[in-house]
Amino acid sequence: MAANAQTIETVENLAGEYKYGFVTDIESEILPKGLSEDTVRFISAKKGEPQWMLDWRLKAYRAWLRMAEEKGEPAWAKVSYPKIDFQDIHYYSAPKKKNLKSLDEVDPELLATYEKLGIPLKEREILAGVAVDAVFDSVSVATTFKEKLKDLGIIFCSMSEAVREHPDLVQKYLGSVVPITDNFYATLNSAVFSDGSFVYVPPGVRCPMELSTYFRINEAKTGQFERTLIICDKGAYVSYLEGCTAPMRDENQLHAAVVELVCMEDAEIRYATVQNWYPGDKEGRGGIYNFVTKRGACRGARSKISWTQVETGSAITWKYPSVILQGDDSVGEFYSVAVANNAQQADTGTKMIHLGRNTKSTIISKGISAGKAQNTYRGLVRVMPGAAGARNYSQCDSLLIGDRCGGHTVPYIEVKNRSAKVEHEATTSRISDDQLFYCRQRGLSEEDAVSTIVNGFCKEVLQKLPMEFAVEAQKLLGVSLEGSVG
Amino acid sequence: MLEIKNLHAKVDGKEILHGIDLVIKPGEIHAVMGPNGSGKSTLSYVLAGRDGYEVTEGDILLNGQSLLSMEPEERAREGVFLAFQYPVEIPGVANATFLRSAVNAVRKHKGLADMDAMTFLKTAKAKMKQLQMDEKFLQRAVNVGFSGGEKKRNEVFQMLMLEPSLMILDETDSGLDIDALKVVAEGVNALRSPERSALVITHYQRLLDYIVPDVVHVLARGRIIKTGGKDLALELEAKGYADIVADAA
Repeated sequence: MAANAQTIETVENLAGEYKYGFVTDIESEILPKGLSEDTVRFISAKKGEPQWMLDWRLKAYRAWLRMAEEKGEPAWAKVSYPKIDFQDIHYYSAPKKKNLKSLDEVDPELLATYEKLGIPLKEREILAGVAVDAVFDSVSVATTFKEKLKDLGIIFCSMSEAVREHPDLVQKYLGSVVPITDNFYATLNSAVFSDGSFVYVPPGVRCPMELSTYFRINEAKTGQFERTLIICDKGAYVSYLEGCTAPMRDENQLHAAVVELVCMEDAEIRYATVQNWYPGDKEGRGGIYNFVTKRGACRGARSKISWTQVETGSAITWKYPSVILQGDDSVGEFYSVAVANNAQQADTGTKMIHLGRNTKSTIISKGISAGKAQNTYRGLVRVMPGAAGARNYSQCDSLLIGDRCGGHTVPYIEVKNRSAKVEHEATTSRISDDQLFYCRQRGLSEEDAVSTIVNGFCKEVLQKLPMEFAVEAQKLLGVSLEGSVG
Repeated sequence: MLEIKNLHAKVDGKEILHGIDLVIKPGEIHAVMGPNGSGKSTLSYVLAGRDGYEVTEGDILLNGQSLLSMEPEERAREGVFLAFQYPVEIPGVANATFLRSAVNAVRKHKGLADMDAMTFLKTAKAKMKQLQMDEKFLQRAVNVGFSGGEKKRNEVFQMLMLEPSLMILDETDSGLDIDALKVVAEGVNALRSPERSALVITHYQRLLDYIVPDVVHVLARGRIIKTGGKDLALELEAKGYADIVADAA
């Protein structure tokens, strides 16, 4: 396959050691495996980034090297997997044609892929009111509805574009919620993130449509490191949804994303995720390692951040969408459904850090385990000395299907203010034979019965999702648990 | 309609039913009465095909077709409905959602299109009125927080919606006060038709004042020891099970 002449040239110009260049085929160009300062420089150059961005990345990369040397990967989660060789991963892969002016220039193959995924990329198909930013492997492919949003002053674009077009905003907020050295994977992400979505909603503006990103890992042996930054200015509102899929592959693939939310006075951000990365096969071969850092800061008084997640995919999920409640009377919410079937492992939960007065947080977690999967809720509620009148309510329910799986609940509660009220409730139950028989006696197939019971179990969380995605999530739950009984 | 032939069944390796013969013709209502532990509930579960209830001998035919190789849901779609003695709770699942799935599963089996939401609601509300049930039960989670009587009424409500060809009522009268009993019985009577049969399992005669059976069987120790008309139920009520069981022994 002929490599794109310009690509070869770029590589040759960049660094002599990349002498075998790219594996470039019709669809994409891939940076050779391996991670070094040059990898970081390459990615930055590829995106035409300014110096400050490169410096930021290099700082992260050096910090990551130290972390890798001193402590290595975090080992406290209840997940087990072979050691990851970080030199055996491609850190950049992109559909070849870039700098697209309009959707018409997007590779039809790519559009077809998104169509298969049910993502309405073409504007005429998205009258439903969802603006989509699609990230294929590492590069943001197209952002729909951009013009309409622009009229309202809302910026919704790829991270790469934001770095170029809105450097002030990016410089001000990037890393302000998840610092460069936050944790092993976040630090790695800071060094090599390739793209992601950027949203800015100006003061007083209520974003009239759901904003949405779809992530897709396509290439083999490719890591995906997207970076999302959402800023909701005073009194603004935005609802954001991300979906994720990946093809079936025998080897494991790494996904280490970072999402930062900044919420000002009286603003509200709702962030929903439907994560369906490839979970691996029944024996646990292949699947995505989903090591993600998501955190929001309620900076202003009366601001509100709500995380809703439906996690059905990935071989391993390591993810704790959190809220830092700085502003007085600010509100943090976490609604989660995590499904682990077959050999999947999920260690997920949240952190609610109460700093401001009268801050409130709610945690509803529903963990479903089937097959020989392990599913852990791990959560922290921390009330700092200044958080007078803080309140938290946590409810963690585990549902077990079969007798070879495990459900675990690990709540940490630290309260340093006497006026705080913290409640924690937890239950563990099984789908009973009585329930299954009852449903089947009414004519439901065994699989529909499981799906019905599980959806009922998750109802409090599912009803927090935007309508159309709730329907998708319900179907997904059924599919994820196929073959889990009998 | 229903033909039970020399039915032997085991639960946990222990034979509970020791050869039951019973024929219910279309349109007939049969009552099965018996003391506790006689195998009444086992019979209902075996008919419905519950896992763990193993048929070791004999056959069950519904309209000439053997049910034994069918899964519980296949039997349900063929028209077997079991009103549970202890209806099961399904948290978070609205009664309406659950029932509509059930109705449509049965309709699909019959080659009919799904019942749309509007028609479903209209039909459901009409049936609920018949059973003097509050409409709010449609939105409540299946049997969750229902009183004993409400659960039983909900079973009959489901039955009215699903219009089965064979109704099996397992101690539907237990836990019902007399007013509720009448309402439930009316619901069942409303379904009486020449092509629909019922097997009413009960410990007490009381229910049979309202759902008048064509035939009454006495089940004891896994066998039908006596069969008669409606009067047999009254005789049982007057004499108690002990005498009849002793007579038969």
